[in-house]
Amino acid sequence: MSGVELIPYAIKGVNGLLYLSIILAFYRLLKGPRLTDRVVALDFIATIVVGIIGLYTIETGEFYYLKVAIVLALLMFLGTVAMAFFVEKREDDL
Amino acid sequence: MHSIILRTATVFLKYLLLVFSVYLLLGGHNEPGGGFVGGLVAASAFILFAIAYNVEEARKRLRIEPAVLIGIGLLTALFSGLIPVILNKSFLTGVWFHGHSEIFGDIHIGSPLFFDVGVYLVVLGVTVKIIFSLLEEV
Repeated sequence: MSGVELIPYAIKGVNGLLYLSIILAFYRLLKGPRLTDRVVALDFIATIVVGIIGLYTIETGEFYYLKVAIVLALLMFLGTVAMAFFVEKREDDL
Repeated sequence: MHSIILRTATVFLKYLLLVFSVYLLLGGHNEPGGGFVGGLVAASAFILFAIAYNVEEARKRLRIEPAVLIGIGLLTALFSGLIPVILNKSFLTGVWFHGHSEIFGDIHIGSPLFFDVGVYLVVLGVTVKIIFSLLEEV
């Protein structure tokens, strides 16, 4: 069995793992005792979404969503930085 | 925010975001993208600057007042609508120029591109104006 035949199974497996991890990250987002936990969870969810888009591109061969992935990868960084900016402003909430 | 890592990264990320916003703007006619998304991405470059340094520094890098950008954008969109009127067509009809050059190959420039440029400038101006006002209050 060559490696190429295994790719569909690999896509199915990775898809399951990504969705499982997005559920776990969402649990942390809801539960997170501190604000920083929620910020890290949001950042993590955005990273997983970039992974899901990459996987979708491999699966279907459509390149349209890669632009979304690039924008998301650049802007989730900005979101986390902005959150850190406001956390720094009121440190008593930590 | 006083972070050397963030400030150094901002200098490089700014150009990356601006180039990508122009790519989104130009590819918007046939693919996902367009003036609105491009304007938002370009605005995020200056917002990043405002967070990493301060609002005055970001205003200096933008060079043009956000309100002036909004005006220029609206006038560009209006201009793109008036081109077909000169050619005896109804307002905002898409007019296309098809040419060929040795260096760039086939060139297709239409009034929708100018409309998108107008939207790009308006979105950039409005977003930057709102976020700068909010950041100055903090």
